[in-house]
Parts: sequence; structure tokens; C-alpha cells
Amino acid sequence: MIELEGVRKEFDGKSVLSGVTGRVERGEIFAVIGPSGSGKSTLLRLVDLLDTPTGGTIRIKGADIRRELGKSLSVRRMMGMVFQKPAVFNTTVAENIAVGLRFRGARDAAVKPKVEEALDTVGLAGYGERRARTLSGGEMQRVALARAMVIEPEILLMDEPTANLDPVSVATIESLVLRINRDLGTTIVFSTHDMYQGQRLAHRIGVLMNGTFAQVGTPREVFTVPATREVARFVGIENIVDGVVVGEDGNAAVEAGGIRVRAAALPGPGEKVSLCIRSEDLRITPADAAKAPPGRNALPGIVTAIVPRGPFSRVTVDCGVALSSVLSWKRVDDLDLREGSRVVVSFAPESVHAVGAD
Amino acid sequence: MYEIIEGIIEAARLIVTLDPDVMAISARSIVISLTATVVATLVAVPLGAAIYFGTFPGKKSLINLIQTLYSLPTVIVGLLIFLLLSRVGPFGFFRLLFTPTAMIIAQTVLILPIMTGLTISALSGVDPVIRDTLRSLGATRFQFLKSVMKEARFAILAAVAVGFGRAISEVGAAILVGGNIMASSFASSTRVLTTAISLETSMGNISQSIALGIILLVIALAVNLVITTIQHR
Repeated sequence: MIELEGVRKEFDGKSVLSGVTGRVERGEIFAVIGPSGSGKSTLLRLVDLLDTPTGGTIRIKGADIRRELGKSLSVRRMMGMVFQKPAVFNTTVAENIAVGLRFRGARDAAVKPKVEEALDTVGLAGYGERRARTLSGGEMQRVALARAMVIEPEILLMDEPTANLDPVSVATIESLVLRINRDLGTTIVFSTHDMYQGQRLAHRIGVLMNGTFAQVGTPREVFTVPATREVARFVGIENIVDGVVVGEDGNAAVEAGGIRVRAAALPGPGEKVSLCIRSEDLRITPADAAKAPPGRNALPGIVTAIVPRGPFSRVTVDCGVALSSVLSWKRVDDLDLREGSRVVVSFAPESVHAVGAD
Repeated sequence: MYEIIEGIIEAARLIVTLDPDVMAISARSIVISLTATVVATLVAVPLGAAIYFGTFPGKKSLINLIQTLYSLPTVIVGLLIFLLLSRVGPFGFFRLLFTPTAMIIAQTVLILPIMTGLTISALSGVDPVIRDTLRSLGATRFQFLKSVMKEARFAILAAVAVGFGRAISEVGAAILVGGNIMASSFASSTRVLTTAISLETSMGNISQSIALGIILLVIALAVNLVITTIQHR
């Protein structure tokens, strides 16, 4: 549906996108995630023909949008876009939603039922005659979504649609996105800096970093086997340990900060790697407890910090390198953990994902 | 002090009894300035839009120039129009000098820059997200222009109100090209509120001046009220 090939964009000589390549399939929900300023908005604006790329090719349904300029209006009319900042026209809610239809020359008789239906879908039935400017941010964003939907676009682009909204509005918009995709088969591309939103909604995720896709994959792939150290950090992997691969008893291991960590899959000896270990996969046991099962990494250490996080506590242990795990409060009490406690941190080699060091 | 109080009382009487002279001068003021505002609107709004939406070299300098002309001295405009319309001037043969038409021309010229400039500001004031939204909804070039203008309508109306306010309160151009004539017929007279105040004051008719001044203030107040109401929408 959308093909990107080496898409570049510069603003006043400053590079924002430096070669984005990827494709979005028909009927797919594709999330562009990345830190603020990574170029997510720019990428969506290029796809929607609001800006022109400095280089590279964008094809929408096979049409090269830079070459076939004559088609740009018809290509743009295949797409709808919702922007980060909720913005409404200074008129009634119903007229706001009707704008796209009116641009396409729809008659009043055709406009009304469609607007009513769209209002109903976004949960704003009965709001039609209200002045759009008087709505809350969440309501305005739903109007924006209805406005983009009512033209029945084949592609719906959403640039951080929930960035400034309260949690209830976020949940409403998210369920609408899933419904639109499921019921209408609309291809949806949205950007977010909230990786969990990407995980909740998307079939596939593109991680945009430093102006290019550092990784494109299913949410599961991105969250469990990040392609680079930076992606790992962005998707919330707290334990990233840098080291060098060494041979050990025929099994490869990584030496880092005076400790050795076994991992399921490693490159050849001498390679510099970053080990990513999700904090959920770490177990903490008292130092005098029974030994960990053979094969498991077991690293003795001293608790250096216990920081509350919601109903859990984040426990950091210095094992030569600092490793953090997340435990329930009760578990922390049961183990009688406090700063200075001697413990053993254990984890399976399969929980260790190695990426090339940056 | 006593004279001033007496003047105010007399002014109130002139207004309350709808004194024919006072009413005629007020009505003429409104008609002339309103006509100038309508003409200026017809020129300034499309011109402002053309400048704002257009891309051409020197655009920034042009906008700067227009903004400088906001404070165009009214007597300078008066002098310019006087020279153009005087019998030796290039448009002398129209015989327009010292007619209400001459005043309308002068006031139009006077308020054109500020109305054009404020139209440009009104259009720049439209949220960029609104402009992106219009384009993403598939607007043609014409639909886009129309919709942005529509979105700026209240700010453009405010620009019109500012223009009218400047037109009705100026005295320099009105006296130079109008001549402050009180003729037998309404249409051939050129005495308006500002020129009348100037004359009556110099002749010592304080109460007449105060009455006309109050009316002028009320009109200015009404215009201001319109602007604030508009801007709160």
C-alpha cells in the first residue's frame, strides 16, 4: 500500500530523515515509534503529501507521488490524517466533519446521514450542532478522527493522535482505531512515542531512530529481540550490559565488568556485544538459598537500591555490573530485601538477547 | 469650569432633542466613512489574501512597507489627494475636490494599508494545523483559499472595524479635501463630526463641540465593542 525507498528530508540543510525504507501492507496497522524529534511527524507528512521529500521514493498504491504530480490530489484524497494537536474549524461539529465530503462535492442530502453515522461511531451523537471550539481536547480529537473517517480513506494517517489527551480519551481513540481497521479494513499508519501504545494497536512497528528505521517487525520482535542497543533502551529494556564474547567450556559466554554471562545465541569470540535482559526475567534469591539450576546464570551481588514503582519495587543489584529486577512489594518483604542485602541474581541464557555494540 | 459644565448640559440637550444640524453631521460622517470602509474592504481583503497566499520576491519587504503605512499621517493623505484632485492636478477634470466623494477617496487610501496588513495578519493567525487539515482533507487550491479565509473571518471583520474606526476619527484629510462645507443639501455638504468639532471649537461653540465629541466617542465605542465581541468568538 505504501512503499518507502531511501526517503530523505532536510530542513534548511538539517537532515531529519536520512533514508527511510519500508512498506506498509494493505489493511495493516503500522506504528512508527521513536523518541521525540526522530522524524515521525515528518515521515507521516511526507506520506500525506504535505511536504516533499528531499530524496528517495514514496509510492502509494503504486503511484510515485513525486513523479506523478498530476495525481497528487487524487492520491491525497485516498488518505485521511489526524494531527497531534487537536484542531477544529470554527464552526459546528457537524460542519467540521462534513468538510472533506463538501470538498468532494457531496450534496447536503448525502452529507447528513454520513455525518450522523460518524458522530455516532466516535461517541459524539447529538453533538452535531455544538460549536466545535467549545469541546474538550479529547472530544476535538474524536471530531478530527470522524472528519478523517467520513471520507472513507483507504489509508488513515495519525500523527501522535493521543499525545496530549487524558487516559480515558486515549482509550476511546485506541478502541476506535482498532474498530476502524477491523470493520472497514482501513490501512492505518500512526506515530507514537508511547511504545506500549504501539504494542497495543499495531500489527507491525517501525522504530524510527536518527532518521531511519532501526528496526521493523512485529511488536513481539521489537520488544523481545531489539535490533540495536538504542532500540533496546527505547523499548524499555532496563538491563543492557556491554561486553566481549569469549569461549568458555565449548559454550560461548560474554565477559563484562568481571562477570561472565551465558547467552543462548552469540556471535564469534572477540565480538563486542550489548546484552539485553528484561528485568521481568531476572530472579532474585537470598545468597544462602539453594543453588540455581545448572545452566542458569547465577550472579552474586549486593542490593544497592529499592525504588517503588506502582505496586512493584525496582530492585537494583550490583553484581559487578548493575542489574535491575521488578518485584512485588510482598516479595521484597518476604525476602527481607534492603540496601546492602546479599543476594543472587539468576536468569536463563534464553532470556539474554545479544546485539552488536553500537 | 462653569462653561464646560454648561457645555455638557447643552450638549446633552442637542443630542436628546435630535438637533437637526448635529444629526445631519453625524449621519454624513457615518455615510462617508462607511462607504470608504466598504470600498477599502473590497480592495484590501483580496489584496491581503493575494499577498499572503502568493509567493513572489520582495514579499517580506512589501508587508513591512504596508505595516509602516499603518501610521500614515492623515494630512499627508489629504495633501496627496488634494494635489491629485485639484484643478491643476491630473484628475482635476473630475471636479471632485471639496465633495464627499473626495473625502471617501481620501479615507479609503488612508485605511487601505492597515486593512490590508490586518487581513494578512488575520490569515497568518490561522493555526497551521488547520491549514494542514484542509489539505489533508483533499482541498483543491481554491477550496483551500476559501476555507482559510472563512477560518479567519472574525479576524478579518475586526480588520474592517479597525479601518472604519480610523476613517471616522480622522480630521486632517477630511478638512483638506472636503473643506468642511455646510451647504443647503445633505449630499453636497462636507462637514463631518471631526471637522465640525475643529471649527466649532475654534469659534467658541463649546457645547456644540462637546455634543459632536460625545457622538464621535459613542461611535468609536460601538466600533470597539464590535471588535472585542468579534475577537472573543
